[in-house]
Amino acid sequence: MSFSRVFLGLFCLLVAILLLAPTLVVIPMSFNGNKSLAFPPVGFTWAWYENFLTNPDWTTSFTNSLVIALIVAVAATVIGTLAAFGVTRAASRTGGLLRALLITPMVVPGVVLAIGIYAVYLDAHLVGTVAGFALAHTMLAIPFVLIAVQASLEVFDRRLETAAASLGAGRLTVFRTVTLPLILPGILSGALFAFITSFDEIIVALFITSPYLKTLPVQIYSSITRDADPTVAAVGTLLFLATSLIIIAGLLFGMRRGRT
Amino acid sequence: MTDTPDRPVLLPRFRFRGAVWLATPAVLVLLAALAYPLAIVVVRSFTDPAPGFDNYVWFFQSAVNRTVLQRTFVVAAWVTLASLICAYPYAYAMTIAGKNLRLALILCVLVPFWLSGVVRTLAWVILLQDSGVINSMLRGIGLSPVKLIRTLPGVVIGMTQVLLPFMILPIYSVMKGIDTRLLQAARSLGAKPWRAFLQIYVPLSLPGVYAGAIIVFILSLGFYITPALLGGPRSTMLSSLVQNQVLSLLNWGRGGAMGVVLLVATFVLLALAAPLMRQKHTRTRREA
Amino acid sequence: MNAPQRSAGAAIEIRQASKRYGAFVALRDIDLHIRPGEFMTLLGPSGSGKTTTLNLIAGFTDISSGALDIGGKSVTGLPSHKRNIGVVFQHYALFPHMTVGKNVAYPLSLRGIRGDDRERRVKRALDMVKMADFAHRYPNELSGGQQQRVALARALVFDPPLLLMDEPLGALDKKLREWLQLEIKRIHRELGTTFVYVTHDQEEALVLSDRIAVFNGGRIEQIGTGRELYDNPATLFVGRFIGESTVLRGASEIVNGDTVMTVGGDKIVAHGRLDGDASPVILLRPERVALKRPGSDAVSGENRLSGTVAEAIYLGSGSKYEVKLKDGTIAVVRAPLGAADFAIGDAVDLTFTPADLTLLPDDASADTTLT
Repeated sequence: MSFSRVFLGLFCLLVAILLLAPTLVVIPMSFNGNKSLAFPPVGFTWAWYENFLTNPDWTTSFTNSLVIALIVAVAATVIGTLAAFGVTRAASRTGGLLRALLITPMVVPGVVLAIGIYAVYLDAHLVGTVAGFALAHTMLAIPFVLIAVQASLEVFDRRLETAAASLGAGRLTVFRTVTLPLILPGILSGALFAFITSFDEIIVALFITSPYLKTLPVQIYSSITRDADPTVAAVGTLLFLATSLIIIAGLLFGMRRGRT
Repeated sequence: MTDTPDRPVLLPRFRFRGAVWLATPAVLVLLAALAYPLAIVVVRSFTDPAPGFDNYVWFFQSAVNRTVLQRTFVVAAWVTLASLICAYPYAYAMTIAGKNLRLALILCVLVPFWLSGVVRTLAWVILLQDSGVINSMLRGIGLSPVKLIRTLPGVVIGMTQVLLPFMILPIYSVMKGIDTRLLQAARSLGAKPWRAFLQIYVPLSLPGVYAGAIIVFILSLGFYITPALLGGPRSTMLSSLVQNQVLSLLNWGRGGAMGVVLLVATFVLLALAAPLMRQKHTRTRREA
Repeated sequence: MNAPQRSAGAAIEIRQASKRYGAFVALRDIDLHIRPGEFMTLLGPSGSGKTTTLNLIAGFTDISSGALDIGGKSVTGLPSHKRNIGVVFQHYALFPHMTVGKNVAYPLSLRGIRGDDRERRVKRALDMVKMADFAHRYPNELSGGQQQRVALARALVFDPPLLLMDEPLGALDKKLREWLQLEIKRIHRELGTTFVYVTHDQEEALVLSDRIAVFNGGRIEQIGTGRELYDNPATLFVGRFIGESTVLRGASEIVNGDTVMTVGGDKIVAHGRLDGDASPVILLRPERVALKRPGSDAVSGENRLSGTVAEAIYLGSGSKYEVKLKDGTIAVVRAPLGAADFAIGDAVDLTFTPADLTLLPDDASADTTLT
């Protein structure tokens, strides 16, 4: 038994390294003294971080991504939360069908979707527009919100709503004072998922981007394919740190909630 | 008791017929940004440049296309297998680990899960390139460098790492619901630990395995960024061909036909796998 | 002493009420009149319609046909949040994101009561259930019994004229249940509110209620005080559901206006006869029987049934016997402390007078619903 435990432990250590370590390689590269992504890095410089913060190519694509992701987070959270209520509160058969329908964006191959959206956007003059990005990304983010909110609605004890009604609360008051506060963690994590989905989205973005509106992932992608600019490693490092911090904060928050 | 309605009558008030309409905005967004675009793809595959099945005939007659299609499925299968081998023990370790260790293990899955795929692929470019980390190390210990970037093994390694969280999370979510007292019960009935594990635990965890496998396989079929950045001419996957037809050759009909093939393959697989993912055994779940 | 306000309880009048769910009829044509300030228990097995009735009164579900008046006014179509009724649920239904104090203040806030007035009433309600020290705790830090007391305070804090309780003690253990029964009784006495209490536990119903309505298969079988139901059950179902009993069946004839039944060869006499032509059964309460040795002196007018002791249980306060009669029926007998002891296998005679028996029409459904 203990032998298999040791073996399991070693194996998991290797998997953990596989999961995390390759990504860490971007950190030393972001300080490379040469304008190259060749390993090993030489010297030390903050120049690539400086470039990210000052070069308009990088700063505008970053703000574009931020604006689009914020719009998507709000839109997808509202629309997805409504849909989650629809799915959980409808008769169970209809609800099941509706749910299957609403999570299809997760399984449709990205490129197929991207050429379709590209075709539609060419006709509708939505290529390279914030509205175009927001619509496509909202569609991609709805399933994540739906799943997160539905999960918290499913553990939500509906008898509390009955109880609140018996104490004198109308349907809207019940929602505001009882349902909403109790499913808020689900809604917030749905909003976070929606934000990240949009902020990281690349395939559809590659098709509907234009020289006038690039998002950060598009800028990273073209930087990797076009030149070996270590700025991309600096951006990668920053995204890695931001993602880790958000997740650690989320886990700690979840643990604290779990305790009380 | 056959007559149950004494208790559930508290609920119908909150399960109301109009509830479905709350999903209207979501359905509208899906119609506009999913259904309509996919319909255009399908229509163009049959009408561009001329009505008929020409694009499909072209697709299946071309040896190159058939090779790419086959390669796409083979790569997806390898990636699925490789991630399953890595994910199953890892997910199991997550369920038996103590609180702090479990948190660390979860962190190792969630950070890559939520980190931008482009950034993670960038890391693989740095690692696998001819002047990359792996070849530098090989040179350092006196071995000759190997060609990794723009090869199929490179693509499989990169994709496995990028998709691994999609395998671990579903397996873990099923495993943590398995009542481990069943294992104790099996052992108290005389089963050896390994036997108990294989006969009780593994079957109970299968819904998670099926779910993870189908998700990874489907995502692999349509994967674009990682193969595009890590692959070369001899490791092209279907998604790159679609992109090439539409963006470089402006051939919407042929690109559309390829896309439809990919779409159909995806939904056929989903339909076949759906019954497997249904969790027949969840009634044994421990009350949390 | 912080005396709670006495409020005038509301009367409830249900006439010819039915409730259907598709093809399933949960309630058929029930009539129920509850007096102001009364403690009325709705008693019955699960699926009998008692909770459906409670839900109709609370407004959680709508009546299919018939009429329902609360406090003299029809409430048909009035949603539950406008009925001003306190409800206590089996699973407490305390809001987990609010402290005990906030939970109890919730119905007051909804009624626009704020500031000192609200504080005072919250404290008064928590005092009443002896939970004032827990105002700042969260519900998941409390035991089941404590949570249910808070739920009771929350349902009463807005002085509703009517309190509904749906198996409120069902999830608690026996000792706690018995103590809380007395607490609920005390609070009912102090407030004068009308209480409607749903339970499937006949002992609980007997402890608490002014009157009990016995439900079976969507109908009310009988309404009465505990004593009336025990001594004069209207149906075999009520007789068997309230208290322990032995049902005697056999060929019967009418002799001088009394019913004579042959049970396993022994003839027993019960006063009077049944109206109509339903076949009679005899209900025998275990404490009305005296066990005697066979052949002991007969008292005139006494009924005797012979059998063998199949089980003898010492209970401290007396003994309980199960006696197998000659026709195979198992009769339950309770012997008081100091009565003669019998052992398993002993031949015994069950003796009782005709006045100890209740004559009822046979009803096969009474057996199936109870088991």
